[in-house]
Amino acid sequence: MADLVSHPDEVRVVSKRFGKGATNIDRYIELDGYKAVRKALTMEPDAIINEVKNSGLRGRGGAGFSTGLKWSFVPKQASKPKYILCNGDESEPGTCKDRLIFEHDPHAVIEGVMIAALAVGATKGYIYIRGEYRYLSEIMQKAIADVYAKGFAGKNIFGSGKDLDIYWHGGAGAYEVGEESALMESLEGKRGIPRIRPPFPAVVGLWGGPTVINNAETLASVPHILLGGAEWYANLGPPKNGGTRLFCLAGDLEKPGVYELPMGYNLKKMIYEVGGGIPNGRKLKAVVPGGSSTPILLPEEIDVAMDFDSVAKTGSMLGSGGVVVLDDTVCMVKFALRTIKFYQHESCGWCIPCREGTDWLKKTLIRFHNGAGLKKDIDNMYYLSENMLGRTFCPLGDAAAMPMMAFVKKFRKEFEDHLDGKPCPYEKASEEINRELAVL
Amino acid sequence: MRFSDQFEKRFAEMLTHYPTKRSVLVPTLLYAQDEAGFLSDEVIAEIAQRLELTELDVNNVISYYSMLTTKPRGKYNVQVCTNIACMLRGGEELLEQCKDRLGIGHKGTTSDGLFSLEEVECIGACSWAPAIQVNYDFHENLDERKMDAVLDSYRKKAI
Amino acid sequence: MADAPKLVNLTVDGKKLTAPAGSLLIDACKNVGIEVPSFCYYPNLSLQGACRMCLVRVEKMPKLQTACTTVVAEGMVVATDNEEIKQARKAMVELLLGNHPLDCPVCDAGGECELQDMTFSYGAAESKYMEPKNHKDEQQWSPVVFFDRPRCILCYRCVRVCGEGMDVWALGVQNRGVSSIIAPNKEDHLECEECGMCIDICPVGALTSGAYRYKTRPWEMNHVGTTCAHCADGCKTTLGVRRADEGMEIVRGDNRDKSGINNDFLCMKGRYAFDFANHEDRLTQPLIRKNGKLTPSTWEEAFELVGKKLNEVRMRDGGSAIGVIGSTHTTNEENYLLQKFARAVLESNNIDHHRTADFPALAAVLSGKQEITASMRDVYNAPAILLIGNDPTEQHPLLAWQIRNNVRLHGAKLHIINSEPIKLRRQATSFTQIPVGAELNAASFLAGDDSALNAITASASRENWAALRNQLRNTENLVIIFGSEIRGAAVTAVTHLASSISGAKVIALADYANSRGASDMGLYPDLLPGYHPAAKSGLTLPQMAENAKSGKLKALYVVGSNPLARFHLDSQIFAGTFVVVQDMFLTETATIADVVLPAANLYEKTGTITNTCGDVQIVKKASEVNGPKSDFEMIVRIADAMGYDVRNLVPFGRGETADMGQSRGAQSGEADRHAVWLQANNLEPKLSPFDPMAIFDEIQRLVPGYRVSRLNLLSGNDEHTQLSQSGPGAKHDPALIVPAHDNLFSSGTLGRYSRALNSVMENRNPQPAEVAAD
Repeated sequence: MADLVSHPDEVRVVSKRFGKGATNIDRYIELDGYKAVRKALTMEPDAIINEVKNSGLRGRGGAGFSTGLKWSFVPKQASKPKYILCNGDESEPGTCKDRLIFEHDPHAVIEGVMIAALAVGATKGYIYIRGEYRYLSEIMQKAIADVYAKGFAGKNIFGSGKDLDIYWHGGAGAYEVGEESALMESLEGKRGIPRIRPPFPAVVGLWGGPTVINNAETLASVPHILLGGAEWYANLGPPKNGGTRLFCLAGDLEKPGVYELPMGYNLKKMIYEVGGGIPNGRKLKAVVPGGSSTPILLPEEIDVAMDFDSVAKTGSMLGSGGVVVLDDTVCMVKFALRTIKFYQHESCGWCIPCREGTDWLKKTLIRFHNGAGLKKDIDNMYYLSENMLGRTFCPLGDAAAMPMMAFVKKFRKEFEDHLDGKPCPYEKASEEINRELAVL
Repeated sequence: MRFSDQFEKRFAEMLTHYPTKRSVLVPTLLYAQDEAGFLSDEVIAEIAQRLELTELDVNNVISYYSMLTTKPRGKYNVQVCTNIACMLRGGEELLEQCKDRLGIGHKGTTSDGLFSLEEVECIGACSWAPAIQVNYDFHENLDERKMDAVLDSYRKKAI
Repeated sequence: MADAPKLVNLTVDGKKLTAPAGSLLIDACKNVGIEVPSFCYYPNLSLQGACRMCLVRVEKMPKLQTACTTVVAEGMVVATDNEEIKQARKAMVELLLGNHPLDCPVCDAGGECELQDMTFSYGAAESKYMEPKNHKDEQQWSPVVFFDRPRCILCYRCVRVCGEGMDVWALGVQNRGVSSIIAPNKEDHLECEECGMCIDICPVGALTSGAYRYKTRPWEMNHVGTTCAHCADGCKTTLGVRRADEGMEIVRGDNRDKSGINNDFLCMKGRYAFDFANHEDRLTQPLIRKNGKLTPSTWEEAFELVGKKLNEVRMRDGGSAIGVIGSTHTTNEENYLLQKFARAVLESNNIDHHRTADFPALAAVLSGKQEITASMRDVYNAPAILLIGNDPTEQHPLLAWQIRNNVRLHGAKLHIINSEPIKLRRQATSFTQIPVGAELNAASFLAGDDSALNAITASASRENWAALRNQLRNTENLVIIFGSEIRGAAVTAVTHLASSISGAKVIALADYANSRGASDMGLYPDLLPGYHPAAKSGLTLPQMAENAKSGKLKALYVVGSNPLARFHLDSQIFAGTFVVVQDMFLTETATIADVVLPAANLYEKTGTITNTCGDVQIVKKASEVNGPKSDFEMIVRIADAMGYDVRNLVPFGRGETADMGQSRGAQSGEADRHAVWLQANNLEPKLSPFDPMAIFDEIQRLVPGYRVSRLNLLSGNDEHTQLSQSGPGAKHDPALIVPAHDNLFSSGTLGRYSRALNSVMENRNPQPAEVAAD
């Protein structure tokens, strides 16, 4: 459904089968599908984990934690069943990559889950897909049914004597559920409130059993690593940042779309060459490099390699791969408001700083954008964010605080331009929208 | 309370997927809502009883998830994304257009019960913005003309 | 004994300290006097990490950590009080106050609010926000529970105590983000046990009590620690009292200081049902029947008349023509005094009370043997519990709390044998349903009689029964709790089972606040205090009624009891009997009396009471209604009016006193045993004949098992009395036991006159409830 794009700089690994009919299991098999899991069945679990570790694969959900290392935390012996949980609750604003994987290559996710299960000794894997992605859930359910029909899942998979069940699970609208412990709560039929950690899911996860939770893109990368080898994958990107990544180019660009580029691809190049630059002869104002929770970058900051470590050096984060580009007509106050409004809407409400903090930020920004801001509000918003940062129950509070601090720090003048009832100098939307925003 | 055979089949099968009954709750609520239009007290009581939960517990869960509703809404729920990526490409204007064309506001329902309107957060269509969902169907890369066409197509579909 | 927990060393704010491995940092700090603030952390409830007030800096950790979820570790270095942390706490309070209505001047919690205290401590005085606060109107969830959302700080204590502590699960969290709200189980109201734990545990004024709200300010009350007047569990309670037109009025009951056997637990009755004291029907002056009508009189006239009439009967017809019915709601001292009065002054052994448990049978089995009665504390700590009969959730709320929380927090095993699927089965390892009345069979089987099962079970389930018996026999330190279904021979069977298990203990469940004390103090026609046989047996309560009917009972003295209603007696049978009733209200029995003396209740007097387990505790005078007198004073005044030397009744002042013959005492010409005992125990003689402690001296001296630490008792603690040191007890007709069948919202006469209880009953059940009187 979603349009596919292409660019010569792309290195197609995860997107290799996009647009090739791989939702059909036989077609998937033709395109090297289920070879990796067969290979994994011949390997020692530790060898699988080492292969993934050596590939430099880091979590594609945003945190960028080493996938192999995460798997290695699962105890070998456990009194409760172990589980693999695929996080397909993609909902970080700016991010729309897992959607394409589920749409075009669902079996790659299933195969990744299988390999992870073999690596850690799990006998059940769940693929959680956000509720809004109903058509993808249907594709996934069909894919799972096909896998069972082939004898690849269930009892004695691939005639190996091993049992492994794969199940689909659906959400019902909650960004917070993308946080891994909240995801488990949701899968267990509860409100998506994160859990206290430690214990970490690798030790105590779903129904108390050790659980590996990986992003869909992460898992979809795993079969390629097993087939291509850790070294090949690691060498696709810079050191410690193995492989490729699906970058979702969005916002004020000529050619927005999801492109698979090597880790470490230059952001400026990504915007101007891959994304085709800023349309309508406008100038670049700022870039959100990795989903709306990552601090915004100024044009002078975008000559940066898009890998976890390089982007971190700019004070922002590589995040979830959502690159949102803003041209010079965008009002940063409004943009901040839209950003914060999202986190306010999605805060689970469990802890004080996130619940109250996001709400006050939203309220203040609405008033501010309507021209009733006070000078002290600017500092207050910064103070508020500073006091949320690192002190909330889960990273959602940080996800709101980090960009907010960057907005104030980098665009203070623009905030000041809204003071004293001055009309928004950038406003392209109508008065009506402002009024509506105030009541939401 | 009667659900479709398909619902029952899926429900029975899903129960076998998990070590606890309540694990099926969230997707089950969404499927039940798809059939009943909204989660009425009756539906809630039925699901609570099946999963051996209190109705309070089920309500706690329902009220957490933004897609679940205990109030009736139109046949076609038009969900317009105004989050950052869509906002940059005209999502707010689309919302205004929908309000204007449908004559309803956020979370309103047309008097003929055909459409509801909802301003929603990111629906995962950022690279194809601005985008909306009507029920579960995505409509992407929209502009004013395309938006009108989308609404028209649903009006026609209803006849 | 389990091994002593391993200790770990850590440094907090430069202080070196040790804490048991596995303990939480917040507790480790608290134990050495370092306060780490918190809203959501509450001992024995699940951890939340939600309020973020307890953030501390743990060395080597990148972010501040919540002390409530951090487990102490060897070598851990922690800072709890630097500028960074103070600022973090201040910011949390600022955020909370942002949406808080700041209506402290009219808030019930004002003055004892944790949010106020935190604001005071961390000084979040400046308001940074100018937007309107989120508002939602106050809701009434039940006759006793009100919820004010804007004040709520979402610490989830109420949700947890209701679910985890009470196993009621009537509160939930709905919506999310800033719209999150605590919600009741029935859309806009609560259907629950109305225990009020949610209100009590609320750190702010979000949940308020229908009984207390807007009545007073916390600092206007005096707080008196005493023991609850309702069921036989003996919860400690702190009563908030303040001056009222008619004396001192109780406005609140709680146990926030977590003292006593109940920690912070109280049920609906303990928390709200003190309002009978100020019921408009409360009797405040003596009534004398004149021309067939009860007419107000003076105390002098009333005492004179009672003294004269009782003397007349005693002299004309002998003591055997006088009956005495005692109370399960009066103190041990009053009960002791009453039986002494009956036996010594009226010269009658016709004394009885409303019996709800077979303590004499228990004493009969235990007498002279190893002590195996369990205390209420044991119920919380026992590794396993066998519960036969009764429904503690309804009839013994504290016992049920102890059982539930023992299972939840200590993993105790609970085995239930009951004719009904009682609620506690949810905590049970095994639940065995038996036919109504088959408790004796069950007990006999468990005690070893294989044939006892024949009548009650199909052969198919025999294996389960045998397995249960085997399991119980191998459960050291088992606590066996049984209801009044177990009487007579069944008590023997259960006790034999207990004796065969190492460390096993028993509890017999009676129904009222001092049912056990009434029994221990000898309100029996054939038993003296401490279950010693009386020289000559008098009449039981039903026999007194028979004698009244046949015209042989000429006088009846009823103290705090309503036998007419409880035993469905025909009021006509007392036509020829001079009836004196001491009570708070014009009960059915009082209505037919010749003299009615208005009595004080347990909250209006001092003394001791004994709970069903045998744990003795003090009651302290908290409130007062002008007019009524304590039963203690009235008994002494009647003895005096009869011309009896009250020194022989109450050992006060210096001189010789009588002591019922348990010791030879002054009668045999020896030195005054009481004075000797007092001296030996470093006690002074009491100065007033109305001082109940004078009788308590005598109880401690003469009633076996009551020689407990006086110091500990007077400090407000419970002391377990020993039944095995008692006299040989007696085997009584099991039919003499009449269970009260009270539930969570009824409490005999007290319940009838409690508006709080009645409002809850009406709210739940529109038909007026059948409430038994006592």
